[in-house]
Amino acid sequence: MNSFKKNLLKKRYNAERRFQWYGKIAIGLALTFLAVFMFQIFSKGYSAFQKTWIVTEVHYDKELLLIDAESPSKDDLENADYYDVAYKAMTSLDPGLPEEEDRQLIQMVSYKYETEVKDLLLKNPDFLGKIVPIKLTASDDVDQVHKGNYPRDIPEKNRRVNDYQLQIYDMLNERGDILSEFNISFFTSPDSREAELAGIASSFMGTVFSILVCLAFSFPIAVLAAIYLEEFAPKNKFTDFIEVNINNLAAVPSIVFGLLGLGVLLAVFNLPRSTPLVGGITLSLMTLPTIIIAARASLKAVPPSIREAALAMGASNMQTTMHHTVPLSMPGTLSGTIIGLAQALGETAPLILIGMVAFVNTIPGTPVDPAASLPVQIYIWSESAERGFVEKVSACIMVLLAFLILMNLAAQIVRHKFEKKWS
Amino acid sequence: MSKIKAENVNVYYGSKQALFDVSIDIAEKEVTALIGPSGCGKSTFLRCLNRMNDVIEICRVEGSIKMDNLELNSRKLDVVRLRENVGMVFQKPNPFPKTIYENVAYGPTIHGIAQSKEEMDQIVETSLKKAALWNEVKDRLDEIGTGLSGGQQQRLCIARAISVSPEVILMDEPCSALDPIATAQIEELIDDLKKEVTIVIVTHSMSQAARVSQKTGFFHLGKLIEFGPTDKIFKNPDNQQTQDYITGRFG
Repeated sequence: MNSFKKNLLKKRYNAERRFQWYGKIAIGLALTFLAVFMFQIFSKGYSAFQKTWIVTEVHYDKELLLIDAESPSKDDLENADYYDVAYKAMTSLDPGLPEEEDRQLIQMVSYKYETEVKDLLLKNPDFLGKIVPIKLTASDDVDQVHKGNYPRDIPEKNRRVNDYQLQIYDMLNERGDILSEFNISFFTSPDSREAELAGIASSFMGTVFSILVCLAFSFPIAVLAAIYLEEFAPKNKFTDFIEVNINNLAAVPSIVFGLLGLGVLLAVFNLPRSTPLVGGITLSLMTLPTIIIAARASLKAVPPSIREAALAMGASNMQTTMHHTVPLSMPGTLSGTIIGLAQALGETAPLILIGMVAFVNTIPGTPVDPAASLPVQIYIWSESAERGFVEKVSACIMVLLAFLILMNLAAQIVRHKFEKKWS
Repeated sequence: MSKIKAENVNVYYGSKQALFDVSIDIAEKEVTALIGPSGCGKSTFLRCLNRMNDVIEICRVEGSIKMDNLELNSRKLDVVRLRENVGMVFQKPNPFPKTIYENVAYGPTIHGIAQSKEEMDQIVETSLKKAALWNEVKDRLDEIGTGLSGGQQQRLCIARAISVSPEVILMDEPCSALDPIATAQIEELIDDLKKEVTIVIVTHSMSQAARVSQKTGFFHLGKLIEFGPTDKIFKNPDNQQTQDYITGRFG
């Protein structure tokens, strides 16, 4: 081999090696970004899954509760006055505190502490007249202090927790009366203005309903459209025009669909505002082209030999399509649907326009109840000033990601089953 | 006796003419082989016989093709009924990605041939036996048809084609994707089948045409150059072009 040829060969090997390195670097960069992103979210968000409680003692004093009956009924307990009892439970933490300063103690628990005092008695009527320990939800400021997210060394006037409250907190913490437990209420409570009470139940259900509505509207329409266009429609200028438009539709910014939902669904059809029904229909406008394109691609991918085989057996066009082509294209169609739904899952802009950004503190039971959705919830919380919401944002992102991963997993499993059956 | 009679068949793909005035008589319960170089129009002609050219939008067929005095090249013809009577086996084995049983039972199901499960089982068994596949698959009828070997798949396709008891079977180079042993099996099968059905086979292999057919037609550039008894075509053709092709001087 002469030296020219040798050099050429060496160059070719080097070029390939360089190319492989570019690829490795690209993948490495992508993975690094992903790792940083994940680390950010997890390190900020994991603490949201912990809830801080303040333990104190409550005396269910009949006189303070204004209960006269000897053996009070459920109604009596329901209608009793818990204000004083709850107030005393908190102020008993520091009996020496002058009355006009008591707000400082009350502020250490959530504003719902009176309800918590009431609920404990309703659950355990035999506590009446007794002194029992009770867990009260700590305010988000105490919660953040306990989680170490709140700097204690800044000047007192810039702090939402003052020195006195920190002192009480330290005392309670030393006594072991500050508890940290798994935050069930994050998953079971609707949104709240108070970070310590806010949960994702409303937005989670809103997302579930929206996705179901979206699936129910977009899947049948998209699949039928794809089958007609691919298998039956004549190939002419008009169908070409439709195809171009479907492809364009897939690239339309989602906020435009939001405007459409606002202008048509809310203004013309008067559907209930802020509901998953409207949100789902709006999102289905978005997923429709995605599913049509995926379904057409997978119909196209079915080998023509299968169609010929069926036609040559005397199957009609319809039988060929329904017995052979469509079942064979289903795995691809389903995965396209999942991709479309996953896009819809993360969509915020159109939902904001149709009013799903409203503050909703009830859990929706049907698709026509007002609701938020997970991405919108992230948006709402990220706008909030309280420190307690920072971890909630990350935690909500984690739930959204988990939702996505679960959906993809389900899609994979369904796809796998279909493919086993059909090839 | 003539089963299919084609007269002055012209086929166009858009503006390109693929067949020129083809006239041919296909005899009943015989094997007719169509030979010729690639692109000569033999497959196009074959696909006229069960109207598979309908699938190609730009394709236009002119002329008359009669099967038992029924005009095939007519708008009014019910292609579903026609294809029940004229089965087809393709170049590449194309069983449905379903079970072996479902593959054979598909035709009888859509044409409503079997009245009961027992009858269907019987049809599947007979078809597979006729296709010489029964002994190999009788214990695994519920396995996927595409899991069989190439030769078995092609015999499954033949079983599928004969499941609706057609009068004619069209074969478009049925052995070109198979090894010699599988080819021999299929040829044997063709020999058996011709007792009951009329077979038209397109083939690239002249030796195969010589082995299996009684009549042979030689196509070249869209024209039927010569048609006659296989013996005569191979031993003493009238046309110089046929002679050249047979002896391997071109094509």
